[in-house]
Amino acid sequence: MGLPAEHFPQLPVVSDPGLDLNAKDLTPEQISQVINRVIDKETAARFDVYLNTCVHCGLCSDACHWFLSNDRDPRFSPVGKVKQTLWEMLKKKGNVDSDFIKQCSRIAQTECNVCRKCSMYCPFGIDIAYLLLVVRRICHELHMVPQFMQDTVNSHAVTLNQMWVKQDEWIDTLQWQEEDARSEVVGARIPLDKEGADVFYSVIAPEPKILAQLIGNIAQIMTVAKIDWTMPSFDGWDNSNMAMYSGDFETMGRVERAHHEAALKLKCKRIVMGECGHAFRGAVYDGPKWLAWREPPVPVIHAVDFYHELITSGRIKIARKFEEPVTVQEPCNIVRGRGLGTKLREIVQATCSHFVPPDPEFEHNYCCGAGGGVINCGPPWKTSRVKGNSVKAEQLAATKAHVVITPCHNCHSGIEDIVSSYKLGMHVKFFSEILMQVMEIPDELRAE
Amino acid sequence: MYNLVSGPLVWIAFSVFIGGMLYQFFRMVRMAQKDKVVLPYMSFKYGLRSLAHWLVPFASRNMRMRYETTLVTFAFHTCLFLVPIFLTAHVAMFSYAWGGKWPTLSERAADWLTVLVIFAALFFLVRRWMLPEVHFVTSKGDYLLLALVAAPFLTGFAARNQWFDYDTVIILHIVLGSAMLMAIPFTRLSHMLFFPFTRAYMGSEFGAVRHAKDW
Repeated sequence: MGLPAEHFPQLPVVSDPGLDLNAKDLTPEQISQVINRVIDKETAARFDVYLNTCVHCGLCSDACHWFLSNDRDPRFSPVGKVKQTLWEMLKKKGNVDSDFIKQCSRIAQTECNVCRKCSMYCPFGIDIAYLLLVVRRICHELHMVPQFMQDTVNSHAVTLNQMWVKQDEWIDTLQWQEEDARSEVVGARIPLDKEGADVFYSVIAPEPKILAQLIGNIAQIMTVAKIDWTMPSFDGWDNSNMAMYSGDFETMGRVERAHHEAALKLKCKRIVMGECGHAFRGAVYDGPKWLAWREPPVPVIHAVDFYHELITSGRIKIARKFEEPVTVQEPCNIVRGRGLGTKLREIVQATCSHFVPPDPEFEHNYCCGAGGGVINCGPPWKTSRVKGNSVKAEQLAATKAHVVITPCHNCHSGIEDIVSSYKLGMHVKFFSEILMQVMEIPDELRAE
Repeated sequence: MYNLVSGPLVWIAFSVFIGGMLYQFFRMVRMAQKDKVVLPYMSFKYGLRSLAHWLVPFASRNMRMRYETTLVTFAFHTCLFLVPIFLTAHVAMFSYAWGGKWPTLSERAADWLTVLVIFAALFFLVRRWMLPEVHFVTSKGDYLLLALVAAPFLTGFAARNQWFDYDTVIILHIVLGSAMLMAIPFTRLSHMLFFPFTRAYMGSEFGAVRHAKDW
């Protein structure tokens, strides 16, 4: 039953060639064949039990920032999204049209961050994000992926990194950043392909492409902390994985395998990754699951965990605290996804003198709205993404902080969009940027 | 007629209920083996931790945010079990057929708990109408299931108070109770069986794999 569709305001039509043009090529046979194949061959207990156990109580709704930000419009509630996609597919046994698949792609790819907060609100613990990832899988198999997202996945498939970075550009960037780091810290190095190093450090491809200074920063931090580390000169250096979010799980598996195999090839003891949440999820959960590894073959440490280790062990000393009021964006994939909330608080409090906690916080914090591949759907979807997270703007504004620390690339970009669109007048920083300002550089390492 | 429904029909209902639950359980286990991730990630400790949190009223944030729904839901589910199992009339019938007995609710308590179930069902009905996020995902089946669960309590209460024609009402009560029992394994009422497993799996993923809490 439900309210008739005409009771809801029409959502703005967004033009995306990845959906609009590809939809024209879809045939009804192709659609039903793909839907039934994915459901029959690629899903089992979780899919079946989740769908048959859900009692349509709507209690998941209050978890979702999309729902809360869109005036509690039920089309944006987690279960509402499942109703508009999977329930219809199952009811019609896959006999749906291309417009319906377009709607599914819009809902699953651009209006859900697969942040998994709703599974903490569902009394049965139904993993609604997983159900929407099944929808994404179906859309991918039908080539119905937003264009910007698909371009990113194409880059993963061809180059094993997200941003079409070629090997010579990669090495050149590392050398350039090593040189920059040396202008601050004497003897700073980015050791390439060092076998047996304690730490294999990996980054997401946007770092060499557009945020190269972050690599220079880590070179300084590693040198001051006296860490035995390395980065690979070959494929596998990029730990990001948008294929995980587009439903192209074959490419996701290739990317994750290359990442872990690079660390194994260099016989490193552990992988430490930069400040990125989805990369952590891919390397620790979704990738290994697809590759039939119960655990990743090399221990994976997120930057927050690593910085916590450096600060609490005294390898990095804090010379002075950052004084402006700060708050944090707690990335879903490392707080709800790894329980790093407390460690994140501890490093923020160790480095900043005025910390204002967000409300809600820890596992219950709102997603940034950018993760889960949503920001990678590109500019066409930016307006709906920002509108879909007004609760985040209200939450940040209430802290009255000047700086939002975001130890995740997607969060960083997403929060920057929120801050600028809602005119919050805040700065957005990675934790490493704070650390660079407060870390003590011993005199013998300080460049003239 | 009474003998027919209170004898063979009840037998059939319990057989379908127990058989259906076993069928669904083994079907779930078989599918879990096919799912690859479910069994390797299932953790007894974290599964139980999650279950314990979600079986205690107000132990999770969402329960605290929706205190009225939490109260009604817990009361409803508790009474759904308490009343049929500990009702004097049910125990007496069981004793008569099989021998053995167990403590029973006083008639007054049973009356109040039955009324509680009926009002809780009304609450759920109003919730389905009034809350847009619930209304949007509500189908005819959801109303039917709610009615199916409430009906044995309504008719039982009517029979106990000798409302309408007792013989008809008691037959209706047994038929509806049997229908509800038989529906459990094959409708969304199967959350009675699946709830501990879905909860335990999510608790395991959150606890053992992601080192986070899920409440």
